[in-house]
This record gives sequence, C-alpha cells and structure tokens, in this order.
Amino acid sequence: MTDAVTNPAQNTGPAPMQPSALTKRRYAAERRFKAYGVGAVAIGVIALLLLLTSILSRGLPAFTQTFIRADIYLAPQVLDPKGNRDRDDIAKVMTFSYTPLIKDSLASLANELKDGPVPQATPALLAGMVSGAANAQLRDYVLAHPDEIGKTVAFEFLANARIDQYLKGNVTRESAAADSKVDPTQLDIADALVKQGIMSKRFNPAFITNPDASENRPEAAGLGVALLGSAYMMLIVLVLSLPIGVAASIYLEEFAPKNWITDVIEVNISNLAAVPSIVFGILGLAIFINFMHLPNSAPIVGGLVLTLMTLPTIIISTRASLKSVPPSIKEAALGVGASKMQSIFHHVLPLAMPGILTGTIIGLAQALGETAPLLLIGMVAFVRDYPGPLPGGLLDPATGLPVQVYNFTQRADPAFVERASGAIIVLLAFLVVMNAIAIFLRQRLERTW
Amino acid sequence: MTLVDEKAQTASGTLVYPATPAAAAAAPGKPKIQARGVEVFYGEKQALFGVSIDIPQHQVTSFIGPSGCGKSTFLRCINRMNDTIPICRVSGSIEIDNADIYDPRIDVVELRARVGMVFQKPNPFPKSIFENVAYGPKIHGLTRSKSELEELVTSSLKRAGLWNEVKDRLHEPGTGLSGGQQQRLCIARAIATKPEVVLMDEPCSALDPIATAIVEELIDELRSNYTIIIVTHSMQQAARVSQRTAFFHLGKLIEEGRTEDIFSNPREKQTEDYITGKIG
Amino acid sequence: MSATLLFLILCALAAAGFLIGRYKAISAAGGDLRSLHSLTHYHGWGIALATFLAGLTVLVGLSLASSAFPALAGPIVLPGVVLVAAVAAFVVSYLRIERDFRARNYVEAMVLGLLMLASSIAILTTVSIVLSMLFETARFFQQYSWTSFFFGAEWSPNFRGNSNLGMLPLLWGTLYVSFIALAVAVPVGLFAAIYLVEYATPRFRSMAKPAIEILAGIPTIVYGLFALITVGPILRDYFASPLGLGQSSASVMTAGLVMGIMLIPFVSSLSDDIINAVPRTMRDGSLGLGATKSETIKRVVIPAALPGIVGAILLAASRAIGETMIVVLGAGAAARMSLNPFEAMTTVTVKIVSQLTGDTDFASPETLVAFALGITLFAFTLGLNVLALYIVRRYREQYE
Repeated sequence: MTDAVTNPAQNTGPAPMQPSALTKRRYAAERRFKAYGVGAVAIGVIALLLLLTSILSRGLPAFTQTFIRADIYLAPQVLDPKGNRDRDDIAKVMTFSYTPLIKDSLASLANELKDGPVPQATPALLAGMVSGAANAQLRDYVLAHPDEIGKTVAFEFLANARIDQYLKGNVTRESAAADSKVDPTQLDIADALVKQGIMSKRFNPAFITNPDASENRPEAAGLGVALLGSAYMMLIVLVLSLPIGVAASIYLEEFAPKNWITDVIEVNISNLAAVPSIVFGILGLAIFINFMHLPNSAPIVGGLVLTLMTLPTIIISTRASLKSVPPSIKEAALGVGASKMQSIFHHVLPLAMPGILTGTIIGLAQALGETAPLLLIGMVAFVRDYPGPLPGGLLDPATGLPVQVYNFTQRADPAFVERASGAIIVLLAFLVVMNAIAIFLRQRLERTW
Repeated sequence: MTLVDEKAQTASGTLVYPATPAAAAAAPGKPKIQARGVEVFYGEKQALFGVSIDIPQHQVTSFIGPSGCGKSTFLRCINRMNDTIPICRVSGSIEIDNADIYDPRIDVVELRARVGMVFQKPNPFPKSIFENVAYGPKIHGLTRSKSELEELVTSSLKRAGLWNEVKDRLHEPGTGLSGGQQQRLCIARAIATKPEVVLMDEPCSALDPIATAIVEELIDELRSNYTIIIVTHSMQQAARVSQRTAFFHLGKLIEEGRTEDIFSNPREKQTEDYITGKIG
Repeated sequence: MSATLLFLILCALAAAGFLIGRYKAISAAGGDLRSLHSLTHYHGWGIALATFLAGLTVLVGLSLASSAFPALAGPIVLPGVVLVAAVAAFVVSYLRIERDFRARNYVEAMVLGLLMLASSIAILTTVSIVLSMLFETARFFQQYSWTSFFFGAEWSPNFRGNSNLGMLPLLWGTLYVSFIALAVAVPVGLFAAIYLVEYATPRFRSMAKPAIEILAGIPTIVYGLFALITVGPILRDYFASPLGLGQSSASVMTAGLVMGIMLIPFVSSLSDDIINAVPRTMRDGSLGLGATKSETIKRVVIPAALPGIVGAILLAASRAIGETMIVVLGAGAAARMSLNPFEAMTTVTVKIVSQLTGDTDFASPETLVAFALGITLFAFTLGLNVLALYIVRRYREQYE
C-alpha cells in the first residue's frame, strides 16, 4: 500500500490487484445475489415440507379409529325369527332391528358407569356415543357368522366421530360445550371407558376398504369405492393410452413425411399437453355422456377422458425414447434385408421400451391425481355400492380417489377434514410407489449410447 | 490503487495510450509475466507439468503445439479463467509485475480487468455493438460520464480497427456482424477495460483467411501498448505475428525463445519434429 | 348379444384366421417354405388383422351411428352386420393367399394404417373439444346475448331464469389469482434455477432439484386441500382479520399463494433448461473481462435467455389460468370485482365446475354458459401456449 501511495506511477507489488472500494461493493452485490438464490431454493423446499407435514399431521389419524368394546347378546328371536339359521332368512332382518340389541348391551354398561366413575351416565348418552353405522356393522358380522346367533359375543363398535376426535385431541371440552352433537358428560364417559380399557384407538383397515358414508357418520367413511374406481380408470388408461401412444409415436417419429400435416399434428400434441384439464372434462361431458350416452359417474367415461389427457404426455416421452435409439441400429437391420417396419418393431422398439414404460408410468401417475375433469362427468356423486367385476363394472357408478378427497372437503362435519387428508396420504403413497418404479426402470434398464 | 489512479486519469479526460502506469514503470528487459513450476490438474488428470516461462512486455508471445498439449490450459491460468472449472486445480506460481496472481489476497475480478482475454470462438454478448464494448468499463466503473464512456468505446473500436465498419450502426446487435468483425469486436471489448496483458486463445481459428489477415495485422499494431499472448495451432501464424514462441507438447513446455530461432534453429528434437510436421 | 361377447367372438375369429392362414400358406408352399414370398406367420396375421379390423370398424361405426338411427343398435342387426363384415374380410384375405402373395407388405400396410389412425387421435381430440364447445356455446348465445356475457359485470345465475351471466367478475378473479401466483412463482422459480445452474455444487443440485420437482408431481387436489385447511386459516387469522381486511379463509391470496407454490417447479425447471442452453463461451467472455458471477448472470446470461424465460412465464400463466382444484377449494365462490386480495372471489374454472355439477338442465342458459366459459378459457390458454411454444422454440434454435 505504502509503496503504491509514495509511487503512484509504480505498479509493483500485490497491492493493485487487491479489491478496491468499488470491487468490495461489487462483491457485496454478488453475495446478496447468491443469497437470493439460496433463499429461493429454501422457499421451494420449505413449501414442500410444510405441505407434507400439514397433510401428514392431519391425515395420519384417519388410519386409526376409536372403538367401544361391548358384550352383546345376539338374540335369536330377533335375528332369526324362523330359527333355521338360513342366510337368506337372516338377511331379511333389516339393520334397524339390530339397534335394540346394541342399546340393551350399552344400557348395562351405562348402569355400571352410573354406580362408578360417572354418576350422570345414562343409557341414552352412551348409545349416542357409538356410530350410527354400528347396527350395520353388527348385521354384517351376523351375516358372516350365522352360527353365533344365540350367543353373547364381544363386539367392537365404532365410536362416533365426536368421541373419536376427542380422543385424537381435536374436540375439546370448550368446543363440545358449543356443539349440539356431543354432551360434555359423554366426554367424561369416554375418559372413564378409556381408563377401563373398554374404549381404545386402533388401526382401522375399514378406512381403506369401506365405501363412503353419509354426512352424519364420518367415522364409517372409507375409500373402498374410490380405490376400485381409480383402479378401473387406471386400467382403461393403461390399456388404451400405451398402445395408441406408442403407435402414434412410431408413426410420427419413423414414418410421417415431413409436411404441414405432420407439423400440425406436432404442434397440436404439444398444445394438448398444456390444455387445462377441466377442458377435457367438458369434452367428456359433451361427447361421451351427452352424445354417446354412456352412463354418468362410470369409470369407463373417466378412463376415456383421462386417456385423452395422458396421450400427449406418453407420445412426447415415447418419441424422445425412440429418438434416443441410435439410427445405426435401424440401419444395421435394414442392411440385412429387414423391412422398415421389421427393423422398428424388432430392434428400435425393444430398445426404447424402458423409456416408454417410464413415461407411461409418469403419465399414469398424473392421471391418477387428476380431479377437475372427473367432477364434470359425475364422478363426484355419492356412491355407496362397489362397482361390479370387470368388464361390466366399468359402466357402474364409482368415484375416484382424488374426487373422493374433494367430496370429503365439501361435507360440513369437521371430522371429514381428517378423512380427506387421510385419503390424500393414500393417493400420495400410490404416486410415490409409481414414481419409484419409474425411477428404478430408468436407472436399471435405460442405457446411454 | 491502480484503478483509482486510472480513474483520476480518465476523469481529467486523458485517454491517451499507453494508459497503463505499468508500461511506464517496468524496468526494460524485466519480464512482465513470470511463471514458475505451474502444474494443472483436471480432477485426477494432470494437464500441465512444471511450466516455467518469462514473458516480456510489449511483445507478442505465441504458444504452439499439437492439440491437447496444454497451451490453452496454461493461457487460461494467466487470468485464472480455470477458476471457473470446478474440478480444476492449479499449483506453482505466476507473477505479473512481481505480484503472484494465485496469492489468496489477489482479487480475481481486478486481475481479469488487467489481463483481458479473447476467445477461440467470437462470443459477442446478445447486446448492441456499443453495449458490448461498454460492458467492461461499466462493470469496473472506469468512466464517470456518458460522454467519457462514448469516447472510450469509440477509441477502443478504433484501436480494434472496427470503427469505420460499425460507426453507423453502433446500436445494432453485435451478433449481426460477420465472424471476423465479431472477433475484432471481442478484441475491442477486451481492450476497453484497459488491460495490460491480452490473452488470445486461437482467435482466428473460426475465421476465413481474409478476416484472419486483418486480425493478425491488428495484433501487430496492438503490440506497442499491450503484452500479448496468443495460442495458435498454425505455425505460420505464430511466425507472422509473434516475436517469441513457446512450444508445448504433452503438457510440458519443451522450448521457448525468439520466434525466428525456434523456427529456423530449434534446440529440441521434439520441436523440430513438430515444425517439420512429424508430430502434431 | 353383449358387446363383450361380440368382441370375444371377433377375437376368436381372428385367432382362427391366423392358424388357417398359416396352414394355407404352408400347403401353398408345397413343402418348400423358402418358395413363399413372406414368412408363414405373415399370411396368418394377414387374415387375423383383416378380420378383426373389419369387425371392429363396423362395430364402432354402428355404435356411433346408432345415436342418430337407434334401429342400427338392435340386438340382431348390430352383431349380424359386424359378423358379416368380419367373415367377409376373412374370406377375401383367405382367398388371396398363394405362393407369391406379398403377405408381409399387406400386413405392414395395415399396421401403417393403424399407426396413422393412432396419431390422428390427437387431432380428433382437439377437433372434438372445439366442436363440442362451439355447438353448445352457439346454443347459449341463442338464449343469452353475447355482449352481456363478455362485457357484463354481474354474475348471478338463477335457475328460475333471468340470470345475469356476465363474465367480467370471473375473469377478474382468474387474472387476480394468476397474477399473485406468478408474483410468487416467477421470482422464486427463476432465482432457484439461477442458483442451481450457476452456483450450486453438483451434490447440492442433485438433492435440491428433485426436492423442488417433487412439488410438480403433487396432484392439484393436494394443493387445494393445503389451501383449504392450512394456508387459508393462517392467512385469515394472522393477516386478514388483524388488519381488518376480511374474515374469509377462502381468498384470492390463499389460492394465489398456493398456486404460486405449485408453479415454482414449473418455472424453475423450464428456466433451468433455458439458462443451461446459454453457451458457455458467452459466460467466459464476461468473466474474462473481470465481471463477477452475478454481473455475468444479470447482464449477459439473463438477457441472452430472456426470450426463453418469457416463454416459460407465459406457459406458467396459462397453467395458472386453467387451474381448477386450487381455486375451487381456495378462492371461494362469490363473483366479485374487488381489489382486496383477502376477499373471496371466483374464477372461470370454478364456475365451470359449479354450473356443470349437480342437477343440470342442458337446455337452460345457466348450464350452457359453462361451455361458453370453457371455450373462452380454451382460446385464452391456447393462445398463450402457442405463443409460448413458438418463443421457446425460436430461442432453442438460436443456440443449436
């Protein structure tokens, strides 16, 4: 420094190339700029974590449910009036006939509690704590085990949603005080029953397998119909979009002459990939339902709409895979006298297959999560019955997993929020598995030339 | 400090070259650049082996050798462009005016302002001709006013011999020029930051013979004000433009000396083989 | 006879055709298979494909025509015609088999036809999208004036008639939500891309890039639920209500923020590609002049990449405008033109859903308006996409 000051014309020593004030400012700007970048990446990652924790923390409790254990006498005079244990006769007894049996059983439990920890307990309060679906639950059991009639069995009833939410910490005594659907005494009873081990939370597979349930019994609602509906739709998408997509790609990539028609098709495909999904819903409604008179809410309509949506994705990725196979391979086949068609089907296509499958799985994953178009073709309807076996079941009403989530969010009872988040977890689990398979395929099978 | 001095100079309006104080200061005969034992690694692979060379001021030094011999690598060490390649490691020392440029205290941004570079392929920015040349002075804050900047751009374009061709279309994109013009634009851009050393990495390899001749002429003119190092794969070009020549082979500096000596009377067998076309 | 059974019969006929064709070819060869022009299985495939395709074409054609002429779908007529067509094709192709018959060329021509048919489905889709919406929109405009639809400032459908179906409040909501979404996604996505391309170590990039791209693979219903149960209540409790700006958890801000998050990976991965395409020599030129990295990015890389980035932003905008689930769950249903971002507003897509779900009467303007909204949305997004794809393509060509 001194050197430079005393000898301004001198340009020796390291001093001149050390940062000047201006350079220091420029470096400060550099650091700021870099910080913006780090910040932006952080925002993205934080948003992802926030999203996942929000869904997981609200949705995981949906997989457990509160049950009340009670001994119940399966009175033969009620359940099997003819006394022949014939399944068809038993099936004639409707669900409401089961309700008194449950009430009787709970009444004795209420009396025990009255003399013990909760003096205010009444049979009516206790009966109000089990799910409205309890009688149907019991009927299903009896139909499955007709031999048990006449015996006293230990049975686990679903607790209703308020009690379940109380155990999960979402219903508090303050909120219960303002809620007509639950009485604070019921919460006392719940505490006592938990202490006695009569009431407990456990894993609830029925959340996955049950059909949807009505507004008043969120505790019984499940994803069975939605899962089956989604599976049917995915099957249609796979069966239609893979062969059509691959055929279209082969034509466009290998055979199509380069003229304006091909150009139009290409522009058209890349634009179709960016058309809002709801427009495909309008198309499905207008063509498949209003024009072709296919039934509302049917998986076949949903599958067709999703196929049209998925095709551009599959075509784009398939063409990329076909393009990545070096032309020398095709030329080698042509050189030994194969026709162009043979060289493509025997050599190019098998080599491009891993890429094509990866693209197809990713397309399927997109289709699985698509909601908006399904709303317009009636899949948002309330469906309690499972669609029938294939292929006829394709025409039965069903819902789909993402639409079921939407359905749950439209219900007034707050317990459905947990159901919706739980359904999302199931949906995300499927997506994770599908993407993992795609990544596995890409890494294991795809070769670089 | 130099920067401040230069600014004082430009502020007073004197834009006369030679502008660099170093040009006046350096003792005659004392090398501008001294490299000692420079080694370069790309990851595991060693690209340069112990290169030591003195490069004199105000002369054109050319680096020749077969492709992959390390001549460009060494050139990029002189303004630390190799820093931009993450896996690249440099050891040894390179001093410019007795300051080791690999000293951690050295500021690489200011180093590159003093050691300009012209690349193999003309790489004008996607901006106007004027903005291309004004870019360096702007980021380094070399000028105080718009008129001063215009003056600097004009003089740089004049020195690069491009002024007459572009003076009527300064605000058209630089990418619209022909290849040779683009390369001279890049040279104008490099000298607008008032460097002391200009590194040229095969500046004519993408140009046709006529454009090459014009650039070579320009290099010869620039010699009086700048220390120029040119990497070339053409021995004829080295012979035409340079006073000194260094021959690289397989990452080593084989021989270095006056250009006429290298071409007429090489000391090393490898040099002779290369010059007579037996290797390369 | 059910369609499934008919389909199975067709399959069986085709399979029989394959075996019979191959058998006839073998006998035509007279013991020396090399004397045949084509391999025997091509002769088999010739019959199988011809039979199957003839049957299927007639089946599909009749099913489509039956919506106009119900008689064609009769329980005897339909299967009868289909089977006659299939058997005719079977017989014709059977008779053509002889030693010099070019069965391979015949099969390949049929396959090529199928490939062409497959690639025309994309065009068919677009055409049917446009036609179906145009048709219903025309019916809508017969019942409701197009000027009051496009320029009406009030949206109040009433299923007893006399509805106000002005699109402007919906358009306003759509644009407002999209604007907020882009205001979030563009800076964040762009800076993330810049950091990942220019600064990040390969290790960091290999972890951060997939993490951000996971956001792109999450279905929009998940974002919708996130808006509904998390973001909406937070914004209401910590911003809107303390500031006295509103009491609604569904709001333009809620939907815009969440949609912005959804678009981050979209903007960042497109920009990533585009920034990567800027040639290295251009960066070297700037660094070689002593520019710092950020100066190089700001003054050279970004200007060079600008057209591509603009294209990416347009694509993101088209996504935002067409997005449905996030706004259905996050923005609200009230058609309103207000500047307060914490108020619930509604969008074109929300109203398409609400007019087309539930009990719908396809003769009333209240239902048909959804098609007019749909075609407006389609035209809007199509315009943006075509423009964006054109810009991006031009940009790519520049550096290839």
